[in-house]
Amino acid sequence: MTEPTLIRIEPPRGDRTVVRVRMTHEMESGQRKDASGRLVPAWYIQEVLITLNGRQIMTAEWGPAVSKNPFVQFSVKGAKSGDKLAVSWKDNRGTTRTDEATVV
Amino acid sequence: MSPLTAQPVSVALLQRRDILRHALVLGGLLAAAGYPQYARAKAAFDARTLDEAVKAAGGARMAESRDVTLTAPDVTENGAAVSIGAATALSGVRAVLVLVEKNPSPLAAIFRVTDAVDANFTVRVKMGQTSPVYAVALMADGRALWARREVQVTAGGCGV
Repeated sequence: MTEPTLIRIEPPRGDRTVVRVRMTHEMESGQRKDASGRLVPAWYIQEVLITLNGRQIMTAEWGPAVSKNPFVQFSVKGAKSGDKLAVSWKDNRGTTRTDEATVV
Repeated sequence: MSPLTAQPVSVALLQRRDILRHALVLGGLLAAAGYPQYARAKAAFDARTLDEAVKAAGGARMAESRDVTLTAPDVTENGAAVSIGAATALSGVRAVLVLVEKNPSPLAAIFRVTDAVDANFTVRVKMGQTSPVYAVALMADGRALWARREVQVTAGGCGV
């Protein structure tokens, strides 16, 4: 069961649109020990895909050092009102999730 | 990729087509056997030193550069979420890397750039201790241009 990714798309300024994304994920590094002293297994998003109207505009690969509930900000060129931005992730367990937002 | 339908479509179906196209791109990219970028990147995330990580990520010649901008706090009380900005206005950038030198594995993130996004990313990372942080721009010609700042951490975030 995955939790939603929050996507905030700022109104385009000229040719540029700033997008802020906050995914919901524990991002366990695999270094942390639980109360009984056992290592909590690594569980984190490894692959990220951003598309605009179905076309890939950005991908990312992450290690466990990306913070819990990952926050990332990026800047899209040439986005127009009504364009659909989709954010997908896949973690090291193979779980995936896609969320979508529309450029205002 | 051929269109999914040849007929005129309503707005709702257009949305659905974009979602389906995204899903196809996603499926193709993230298929375990068919995502070559991640397979190459795994070695970079496993590397224990900064130099090895950059090399494994595809950087050949490392050079400090004023054209790469790294935004990071001087001091943070929360090593679990340190906001790092990595940017360059140079053209010919293939990827932007964020590394925390003293983390168990220094490479935190790789952002692959296309002509539809700026080479300008902000991400929150965990830092286990005070450490230099690097932004590296991997250029099409093989150079790895970097900027560095020291971030002081008063409470670590890797697993205390």
